[in-house]
Amino acid sequence: MLEVVGLSKSYGTGAGATHAVAHLEFAVEELEFVGIVGPSGAGKTTLLKCMAGLLEPTSGQTLLRGKPVTAPPPELAVVFQDYSRSLFAWMSVRRNVLLPLTNKPEIADPARVTEEALAAVGLAGFEDHYPWQLSGGMQQRVAIARALAYQPKVLLMDEPFASVDAQTRAELEDLVLRVREQFGVTVVLVTHDIDEAVYMSDRVVVLSRPPSTVQEVVTVNLPRPRDQVETKALPEFAALRAQIYETIMQPRAVQLA
Amino acid sequence: MRRLRLGWLGVEVGATALIVAALWLYTNTNESYAVAPLGDVLESFRATWLFDHVGSDAVPSLVRMTLGYAAAIAIGVAGGFLLGSSAVANAIASPVVGFLRSIPAAALLPPAIVLFGIGGGTKVAVIAFVCCWPIMLNTSDGVRELDATLLATARVYGIRGARRLRLVVLPAVAPRIFAGMRTSLSIAILLLVTSEMVASTNGIGYFVFQAQQQFSVDDMWAGVLLLGLLGFTLNLAFGAVERRVLRWNVRDDRSK
Repeated sequence: MLEVVGLSKSYGTGAGATHAVAHLEFAVEELEFVGIVGPSGAGKTTLLKCMAGLLEPTSGQTLLRGKPVTAPPPELAVVFQDYSRSLFAWMSVRRNVLLPLTNKPEIADPARVTEEALAAVGLAGFEDHYPWQLSGGMQQRVAIARALAYQPKVLLMDEPFASVDAQTRAELEDLVLRVREQFGVTVVLVTHDIDEAVYMSDRVVVLSRPPSTVQEVVTVNLPRPRDQVETKALPEFAALRAQIYETIMQPRAVQLA
Repeated sequence: MRRLRLGWLGVEVGATALIVAALWLYTNTNESYAVAPLGDVLESFRATWLFDHVGSDAVPSLVRMTLGYAAAIAIGVAGGFLLGSSAVANAIASPVVGFLRSIPAAALLPPAIVLFGIGGGTKVAVIAFVCCWPIMLNTSDGVRELDATLLATARVYGIRGARRLRLVVLPAVAPRIFAGMRTSLSIAILLLVTSEMVASTNGIGYFVFQAQQQFSVDDMWAGVLLLGLLGFTLNLAFGAVERRVLRWNVRDDRSK
């Protein structure tokens, strides 16, 4: 349903140009959960912005159900890493979730949708709070609720748990796995955390060092529902993370040799 | 916590009372004609400003200041958005703006009088002209520094045009606008009084100046007292409005 076709993005031109990603090629299936990992500086966020229509690729394109993405389509929502900048600090939790719904005339009852989304992320009762009155983890829940209420077909997440503590992180991972089934949404998750990618994904796209290409696509056949303790204790889990880790480290080893 | 705050309030009130008492003592014993006994000043204050000269002097002053300040906000915010969102406009305007805002405010009064006469409009125009720069520069900085993630969020969720301006951009820039407005408020009061002293037939500044010219030292001090109270009250009111409008803007201040 989401195809990345020969996508390249460079910043600047000529000799001084930085090639962030080069000729990326992969597809995301309907209702699939795809993780994108890569070494730091691998243009993961660049890729995500291109997929979201926030950034124009230098060449190639993203197709959402066959249609090229040139601007953020209404079937797509994004959860950013930095919730404190992504949430509208001057609006209550309710208004934050409600505001984007004016872009969705087909949603008949925005108030109810808002309430359901907030309940799904465990924020019922916090509708009238302001973001600054909430902890970091709760603020990111608001951002997730806002994305869910928008009823997207595709949810793009850019390092969504990188700014919260480890325990909150695990909670939010499980929350996202739960609500994506409840809301029937396809998820693309960019992360630097290999464990997180393996734990959450159906497939993991491994990017190389920049200019990044798709180095490997790893299928994760771990049973669902996943469990923070049991899934991570499986030998298959350890094998997968070792495989991805080695893939990411490989080119450097070759270079050093 | 509460007891501590009450304690500080007590210190403030106590210190103020002490200073007033010392002032009372000093002005009563001082022989200089320029120093009026505090009691006489207060008596003059009562006779003049409660409420004999309110209509003839205080109201015109306040009207001029309000109009000039309001115009400065409108011009400053509009200009700030223009300069902040267009690199071209900023490049063209920034040397001119830099020069105009550097002119000492009072230096504009003589040309303004030549241009517009000594009517109320001149004072409004001068206040508006001088006070718009801090607001404009703060606003344009705020617009330029708008957070990329914030704007990306608005784009992703299809918040565009007037709604984007009103619901996303304006609130995000509001803290900067208020910072400029706070600076401008002090300048507005200063200019009001100066312009009324130089060229006016009424107003609080005019009253103080006339009192000095006629050696009515009590009245002069009473006028100064009123201006002090006016500035104090305006700053308090400004702070209250700012806290109300920007109550969300607490970001890293979780200590309270």
